[in-house]
Amino acid sequence: MAALVESLEESAFAQYVATERKKDLLRLLTCGSVDDGKSTLIGRLLYDSRNVFEDQIHAAAKATRNRSAGALDLSLLTDGLRAEREQGITIDVAYRYFATARRKFIIADTPGHEQYTRNMATGASTADLAIVLIDARLGVLPQSRRHASICSLLGIPRCVVAINKMDLAGYDAQVFEKIRLEFSEALGKLGIREAVFLPISALTGDNVVRRSGRMPWFEGPSLLEHLETVPIRRTAAHTEFRMPVQLVLRPDHSFRGYAGTIASGRIRAGDVVTALPTRLKSRVKRIAALEGDFEEAFAPMAVTLELEDQLDISRGDLLYSGEARAPHATERFEAQIIWMDARPLDPAKRYILKHTARTVSARVSMRQRMNIETLGDESAHTLAMNEIGLAEVAASKPLFFDPYRLNRMTGSFILIDPESNATSGAGMMRALAERRDAGPVSPAERVARWGHRGAVIRTSTMDLALALERALFDRGCAAAVVESEQSARALERAGMLALRTSEGTRDGATGEILSDLEQEGILHARHLGSRGEGI
Amino acid sequence: MVYTQCVPELSHLQLLEAESMHILREVASEFQRPVLLYSIGKDSSCLVRLAQKAFYPGPIPFPLLHVDTSYKFREMIEFRDFYTRQMGVRLIVHTNRKALEDGAQPFAIGTQRCCGLLKTQALLDAIREGGFDAAMGGARRDEERSRAKERIYSFRDAHGQWDPKNQRPELWNIFNNRIESAESIRIFPLSNWTELDVWHYIHVEKIPIVPLYFAKERPMLVRGETLIPVEQPFIPMLDGEQPKMVRCRMRSLGCSPCTGAIRSDADTVPKIIEELIAARRSERENRVIDHDQDGSMEMKKREGYF
Ligand SMILES: Nc1nc2c(ncn2[C@@H]2O[C@H](COP(=O)(O)OP(=O)(O)O)[C@@H](O)[C@H]2O)c(=O)[nH]1
Ligand SMILES: [Mg+2]
Repeated sequence: MAALVESLEESAFAQYVATERKKDLLRLLTCGSVDDGKSTLIGRLLYDSRNVFEDQIHAAAKATRNRSAGALDLSLLTDGLRAEREQGITIDVAYRYFATARRKFIIADTPGHEQYTRNMATGASTADLAIVLIDARLGVLPQSRRHASICSLLGIPRCVVAINKMDLAGYDAQVFEKIRLEFSEALGKLGIREAVFLPISALTGDNVVRRSGRMPWFEGPSLLEHLETVPIRRTAAHTEFRMPVQLVLRPDHSFRGYAGTIASGRIRAGDVVTALPTRLKSRVKRIAALEGDFEEAFAPMAVTLELEDQLDISRGDLLYSGEARAPHATERFEAQIIWMDARPLDPAKRYILKHTARTVSARVSMRQRMNIETLGDESAHTLAMNEIGLAEVAASKPLFFDPYRLNRMTGSFILIDPESNATSGAGMMRALAERRDAGPVSPAERVARWGHRGAVIRTSTMDLALALERALFDRGCAAAVVESEQSARALERAGMLALRTSEGTRDGATGEILSDLEQEGILHARHLGSRGEGI
Repeated sequence: MVYTQCVPELSHLQLLEAESMHILREVASEFQRPVLLYSIGKDSSCLVRLAQKAFYPGPIPFPLLHVDTSYKFREMIEFRDFYTRQMGVRLIVHTNRKALEDGAQPFAIGTQRCCGLLKTQALLDAIREGGFDAAMGGARRDEERSRAKERIYSFRDAHGQWDPKNQRPELWNIFNNRIESAESIRIFPLSNWTELDVWHYIHVEKIPIVPLYFAKERPMLVRGETLIPVEQPFIPMLDGEQPKMVRCRMRSLGCSPCTGAIRSDADTVPKIIEELIAARRSERENRVIDHDQDGSMEMKKREGYF
C-alpha cells in the first residue's frame, strides 16, 4: 500500500503539485462596447485551451439559438443569467477561472452596455491586465474610450487592445493599422503608454490561442501566448509596510493581536511600527499563525501581529513603517470618482465613506468631469451615473491613506448612499497638494487667506449674480462677477469666487444659495472676515 | 524607486487564502449576528479551516448552521458531529419538521418542491429565527454559470431573494455591509476558488473530509451513467432492479436520494486530484437536482436557495 502511494506521488499528482507551486495568478478583464465579442472571446479562450467541461459544452449547444454563430455559440459559456440569455447581452460581470501549464487566470467578463458600467468597474478594480475589444468594422466607439479611461483610472497596470472580428474585415492589415493609430492616441491622453495591439477573430479563433495563418502580416504573439508571458505587475507598487487593522483579537488576558491584511511592503518580528492616528511606536513581538508563527510576512497576506507594548489601537487604525514616506492622515483630500448610482451625486449630502477598515461620513464637492468624447476635463458640480470626475472630499474624521497610484488598497474608498444603502461611488485618492495646478501656493494656504475655497458659482440671472457678489463681499469673501469662462477659472484657481450666469443653474434667494455653498463646503459656516489669519 | 517589486510573489493558493481570511474578518467585525452555513462538504471544511486561521489564537467567533433535510448521508451526519465537537465550535442544526411530517420527500413531491421546502424554506426560517444578518457559505463561482455572476457580498431582500439584475457594485476588497432590518447578506469567501484549488488546499492543509469523497464499494442503483445511492427506503426500484456493489465516490455531497455517485478508484486526496485533472465533466453534473431545467440554479437562488 505504501509503495502504491509512493509511485503515485511521483506521477501526475507530483507533477501537478510541482508545476502548481510555480504558477502565478493573473487577474484580467475584458471590456469594450456591446457586441464587440467579449463573451465570445472568453468562451474561445476557455474552449481552445481545453478548460471547458463536456457537459457545459452540451448545455451551451442546447441553448444555442444564434445560428449565425455556428454550431456552438461560445458566448453562452459565460453569459449565465436568464435575462442575459434572453436578451443576448451581458449585464453583470461573470468570473471565469482557467489555467494553462504556465499560469492561473481569473477573467472578469464585463458588460458593454453603458448602463452597466458600474459592473465593469467592479471587474476592473482587482485586475492586473485589461483586454479592450474593438470591433474591426466599427472602430473606436465612445464605450471603448470610456472603458479605457476607467481602466486607466483604476490603475490597471497593463492593457491589451484586441481588434476583433478581423474575419469580417478581410483580415486586412490596414484596418488594423488605422484603428491602432486612432486608439493609441486616445490611450496616450489617458496616460496608458504600453498597450499591446493584437488582431484577432474570437469567432474563428484566429490569433486567440494559436497564431493565425490568415494574417501573415502580423508578427506578434497570439493573445494567449501574450497572457501567459506578460510580467505581472501588481499595483501595490509601494514598498513601505502598511496594514489597516481589521480587528483586535483578545482571546484572553495574555494575548492582544492586531489582525489585518498587509496592503504593501513586508514586516518581520522585531520591526518597529507606528500606529495612526496615535503615532505611537512599538516593535512587532510575533506574527501569530495557526500553522506556527511567521518570521516574516508580506503583502497581501492576512496576518495577526502582536506588539511589545500595549498601545491603544482599534479597528480602522493603520500600522505602518518608514517615516520617509509616511501615509497621509487628513480628512480633506482629492479623489477621482466613478459614479455608479442612478441618483446623481449630491454635493450637499453626507455619504457613508468606507476606506480600508474605516467608515466615516463625507461630503463630495465635484470640481471637474471627464468628457468621454474629448477625454478632456470640464467643470462640474455633480456627476450622473457612469460619469467620472475629480472631487474634493471632506470626511468627518481623518483617513490614513497613500495616493491610489502608489497603493490600490490604502488609496481607495467607496461611497454609500445612507438612504438607499446603494454603493453609489468609488474613489481613488490623492493628497490635495498633489493637484495638477499645484504651484508655489497651496490650495490650503489660499483657503486660509480667503476663508473659503475657490469656486465658479453659476446663477440663472445677472441680477442674482450681482446680488450674490454683494452678499459675499459683505461676508468678507473675495468674489467677482466675470464674463468669460477663462477668467472664471483663473479666479477659481486663485482661491476666489467667480460669479457667472448660465442656464439651468443656481436660482432662489441669496440667503439660500449662501447656505447651499456652506453645505457644499465652499464657504465655511458663518465665516466673517477672518482674512489673513492662519498663514 | 517606487515601482520596483521588492516583495516576493505569493503562490496562487496563498493569494486565495489571504483573500478569504480578509473577508471572514470583515464579516466578524461588521455584522451583529453572522453565521457560517455548514454543509459538511469539502468546501465547508475549507471554510472552517480558514476561519480558524483568521481568528487564531482566538476561537471562531460565530456559530455554524447546518440545514438538515434528514435525507443527508449517514456518514455526513457522523462526520459533522465528530468534526464540530473536535473543533469546539457552536453548531446549530435546523430541520423543516413540519414539511417532513407532511410527507416532503423527493419521489413523492418532486426534487424541485422537496428542495424548496427542506432546503430553501428551512434556510430562510433558520436565518429569520436566529436573527442572523449575515450568512457565510462555501459556494464558488466556478460551480455554475449563475454563481459566476454573484458578488462576494450578495444582498438578499426582506424575502431572502437575490436580484441578479441589481447587484451592488463591489470594488477592491471594500464591501458594502449596509442593510435594513429583515434584509440580509450572503457572503461567499471562497468565490474565487476552483474545485481543484479546494482539493489542493485540503491536501496541503491536511483538512479532514467526509469519507464519502473517497472511492469504496458501495450499493448503488445503476441506471445508465447514473449511480443512485440506496440509503433511504423510499427509493422506487424499477422492475427486477437490484442494488449492485460499485466502486465509486461522491464528487459533491447532498441528500442521498438526489446525489449521484461517480465510478472511481480515487481513495486518497492525491488520486482525487489526478482524477480531476483528467476530468472532462463538471462537478455539479452528477447532482441530479440540477437537471430539471436550463438556468434552474438561478431560479432557486432568486427564491432564496443558498
Ligand atoms: N464574425 C465574427 N463575429 C463575432 C466575432 N466575435 C463575436 N462575434 C459575434 O458578435 C456578436 C456579439 O458577441 P458577444 O461575444 O456576445 O459580444 P459582447 O457583447 O462583447 O460580449 C455575436 O453574435 C458573436 O457571435 C468574430 O470574431 N467574428
Ligand atoms: Mg458579453
